[in-house]
Amino acid sequence: MRRTVGALMRKDLRLELRSFESVPAMLMFSVSAFVLFRFGLDRDALAGDLAAGVLWVTLLLAAVLGMSRLFVTEQEQGGFDGFLMAPVDRTAMFLAKASVLFCFLVAAELVAVPAFVLLLLEPGWGQILPELLAVLVLADLGIAVIGTLVGALGVQTRARELIVPLMALPLLIPVAIGAAEATAPLFAAGGAGPLPGRWLAVLALYDAVFGLLAFAVFDFLLED
Amino acid sequence: MTFGRGLRPLSIASTVLLCGAFALVFFYAPNDADQGFVQKIFYLHVPMAIVALGGFVAGGIYAIRFLRSGDRAHDLRSYVAIHMSLILAVGVLITGSLWARASWGHWWVWDEPTLVSFLIVFLLYACYQPLRFSIDDPERQARYAAVFAIVGGAFVPLNFMAVRMAESLAHPRVLSTTGGTMPGSMRLTFLLALAGMACLFVTLCKYELASKSATMQLRALKRRLGGDEALAPLGRSAAPQSLKV
Repeated sequence: MRRTVGALMRKDLRLELRSFESVPAMLMFSVSAFVLFRFGLDRDALAGDLAAGVLWVTLLLAAVLGMSRLFVTEQEQGGFDGFLMAPVDRTAMFLAKASVLFCFLVAAELVAVPAFVLLLLEPGWGQILPELLAVLVLADLGIAVIGTLVGALGVQTRARELIVPLMALPLLIPVAIGAAEATAPLFAAGGAGPLPGRWLAVLALYDAVFGLLAFAVFDFLLED
Repeated sequence: MTFGRGLRPLSIASTVLLCGAFALVFFYAPNDADQGFVQKIFYLHVPMAIVALGGFVAGGIYAIRFLRSGDRAHDLRSYVAIHMSLILAVGVLITGSLWARASWGHWWVWDEPTLVSFLIVFLLYACYQPLRFSIDDPERQARYAAVFAIVGGAFVPLNFMAVRMAESLAHPRVLSTTGGTMPGSMRLTFLLALAGMACLFVTLCKYELASKSATMQLRALKRRLGGDEALAPLGRSAAPQSLKV
């Protein structure tokens, strides 16, 4: 199982390194959205709720770009067929794809979040870094799980580019609520407040429930 | 397979229950102290919402049964439950909006967590039919729709929890939907309205199931009589069109 997941992940990461399809798109989208928000809201700096909202809406929409590309090569180049013929556990595909999407998100956020901080946040954010990382990791886990599920559902439909965001965005609203509520006090104007633990708990619960659920139902999306 | 059994008693029961419930609403239940007559929409709005959410979850449960057994009748049931719940959900959003306008003065209020979470659930399930419609292969359509229905069924309670938590500190709930704070006469009326709405939902589902299965049987008979040429080709459809695997 571990070897299968590793092999699938290596394949996807190498593909991404050679083609640069998903991560740069997500990154460019995020930075453009931050600039758009700067002019749309007409503020030089954001704080509190507004900053958290801008950050999370942008990251979620950027993640949708990655989700809709996640299974395209498998579908178009026969990757599914090859995988189904191999004598391996099918759940490995779910674990590998979710981890790959998680890596893509982390890679995009490594640049997008500092860009957000530089472009839109008041100075003096160094001390919030650990808390922000915790929220980012929990939210990325949820996005990766939902994204893998929705990407696999959407890739077989004719209207892939439409179906994936339509399904993913309502499913991710609880993640947006939890992540935005958790980060809002960190971005508060008068210095960072404490991290609200119950919102981290909500995010963790969401990740756990949908992780298990996706783990259970993913096999049915591969049968052929 | 026959889905039409018991339609007549069910139809009579839902008519009687709903008429009785509305008679109680107008002639028996007292006017609300704060909101007056407007509050009566509560007896339509809340039962519809509860039944719609129950229908979404039921769609998920039938989807699990479909995936476990491979029996296409469960796929049809799951589809019909979600279809009917979607129709009720439109009614819930409209009546909720009317109620909000009458009692708070705005067509939409974002600090009412039940309303907001219902909208999110509605948005999610609004993708169910497009998803089915855009998958050509009927077998795959059934399987993918089942996965979607299961995820959606699990999403309903989690979403309500998250949205309610986001608001609960600022806005304590005055009127609990479980009837905890209602006087007896209101609670009785509400429970009767809920039973009537549930009965109506089951009846409508059975009607749709009966109609769909009759269409399928008719098609099978036509094929037997005239061969494949006698049949008009099946158009693409979001609904299951055959119970055969």
